[in-house]
Amino acid sequence: MSSILLPALEMAAPTLEWRALAPVLLVFAAACLGILLDAVLPRAYRFLAQMTLVFASVALSFGFLVMNWRAMRQGRLAMGSIMLDGPTYFMWASLLVFGTLAFMIFSERQLNGGASAFAASAASVPGSLEEADASAARREHTEVFPLGLFALGGMMVFLASADLIVMFVALEVFSLPLYLLSGMARRRRLLSQEAALKYFLLGAFSSGFFLFGVAMLYVFSGSFDLHAIHEAVAGNAFSSSNGLLYVGLGFLAIGLLFKVGVVPFHSWTPDVYMGAPTPVTAFMAICTKLAAVGALLRVFYVALDGERWNWQPLFAVLAVITMVVGIIGALTQTDVKRLLAYSSIAHAGFLMTAVVGATQVVPAGQGTSASAIMFYLAAYGFATIGAFGLVTLVRNAAGEDNTIASWAGLARKSPWVAGLMSLFMLSFAGIPLTAGFIGKWAVFTAAWRGGYGWLVVVAVLASLVAVYLYLRLIVVMFAGEPAKGTYVGNASGWTWIPVVIGAVATLWLGIIPDQVMQLATFAGGFLR
Amino acid sequence: MMNPENYLILAAILFVIGALGVMLRRNALIAFLCVELMLNACNLAFVAGSHITGTLDGQTTAFFVMVVAAAEVVVGLAIIVSIYKTRRSTSVDDANLLKL
Repeated sequence: MSSILLPALEMAAPTLEWRALAPVLLVFAAACLGILLDAVLPRAYRFLAQMTLVFASVALSFGFLVMNWRAMRQGRLAMGSIMLDGPTYFMWASLLVFGTLAFMIFSERQLNGGASAFAASAASVPGSLEEADASAARREHTEVFPLGLFALGGMMVFLASADLIVMFVALEVFSLPLYLLSGMARRRRLLSQEAALKYFLLGAFSSGFFLFGVAMLYVFSGSFDLHAIHEAVAGNAFSSSNGLLYVGLGFLAIGLLFKVGVVPFHSWTPDVYMGAPTPVTAFMAICTKLAAVGALLRVFYVALDGERWNWQPLFAVLAVITMVVGIIGALTQTDVKRLLAYSSIAHAGFLMTAVVGATQVVPAGQGTSASAIMFYLAAYGFATIGAFGLVTLVRNAAGEDNTIASWAGLARKSPWVAGLMSLFMLSFAGIPLTAGFIGKWAVFTAAWRGGYGWLVVVAVLASLVAVYLYLRLIVVMFAGEPAKGTYVGNASGWTWIPVVIGAVATLWLGIIPDQVMQLATFAGGFLR
Repeated sequence: MMNPENYLILAAILFVIGALGVMLRRNALIAFLCVELMLNACNLAFVAGSHITGTLDGQTTAFFVMVVAAAEVVVGLAIIVSIYKTRRSTSVDDANLLKL
């Protein structure tokens, strides 16, 4: 048996490009510091300290990002494990913006009578004396902020990794905090714990598939590096180890599509969105989707593009099923959060059309598939954050009231809430003059250019049907008889600022999308 | 001398046993252990792959996976224990409030 002979074991210290990596490093550093603060500060100061730390670190990180982007720093970082290119910049910027908006909703306390949306003591049994004591003592889990930052940092690394092992570790770094966060709701804790259990078991299951896919691709190519896998695929035509490649490709796709929420790997979405505390749902709904789509694009466009004739038809079928299941599922829902969850599944389907299109080389000035998807996610993200922010406002005596019936006649109680919610619904539906329309236009164009005309036709038909389900909620809000016992909570700026930013951005991206579109077009090419 | 590809087949078998366990067993703890079995099957594939391809990356990766699996145990057990304290049951069939 041959053994692998090592040269004298020399450990070279890795070199890090501190300035280029600063956006990620700052987020992680703030998360670690946040854990420390929680351990040493007296309770009274923790919330304020954590909030300061979160917003300061994210702002600083954004500053470094803009600086690096202007200086056009590009290429491989951290010994080749992270790729800094156009899509990375654009998606990092979107993640930081949406993360900040979601963390603002995390900070809302006025709505709940001075308490945050998170359990006073997540470890106590619901309905027990300990729980009552913890609530009476006004305890709070300020750990939600460091957990959120860890998740955000993990997502940033996930979509930028040029190496499958870094990608796997980042996948877990952003998933594990999310499992915990979804189990920490203050109200309806049984639902919340159940959501955490389901999310955890299914998430761990899917990361098992992801890892097995990585292992197969490693055996196939002898490397974890996306570029090396690309070369191995290119040099592989008609070789005998195709089995390894296809098993690897399939399993990797399962792991990634699970996070995107594509049918048939979507079953966690409605349960988790409904059970998790609404601020966390807002964070997951856009940031997880963005990171997962980013990583999906990177793996399939950079490493496996040589196999595109095999995965494109497969993804096209999944896109159709996803749109249909998402829309039909949404039609029968009676809960606003579940409705939004199914709507997010349908949107994953619309996104997949552009993924299938896979236009990568385009004449100057036109957008690639990646730039269409990035614009779509930005447009979808502002509406999502705004919509979930509004969901936290509609309440009854027990807390948030999410049933559609209780939203009836909301326009008479608060024209602002109903009006803004309608704006977000219209954007989801893709009505002109909202961001959703331009986003849909962009992804359908990308799919069309990629030669998938039939898929565009199906997607347009699906989005016409989808209009009905968003109009249903608008009609309920404006035409229904006002529901008894429901009121609009008196929220502070921590909820209203993200909602208003979401609304303004939805209109802005719908009416004058040029700047952001140009930015996305400019950032549309992956480096190998 | 054994053909190293047999280890890949063994890894695949272990992985399938784990995946079936997650889908068929009703106890959250057992399902979770089956996930760990899946991750360890991947480890075996990594180490076998390291031998087949003559690179060391696979062996290093096995350590990364072990650390990640340990972190997953911490989070997973916390969630399962908290749900057990609430319901006195870890059956995934009892967790059925979120259905519509």
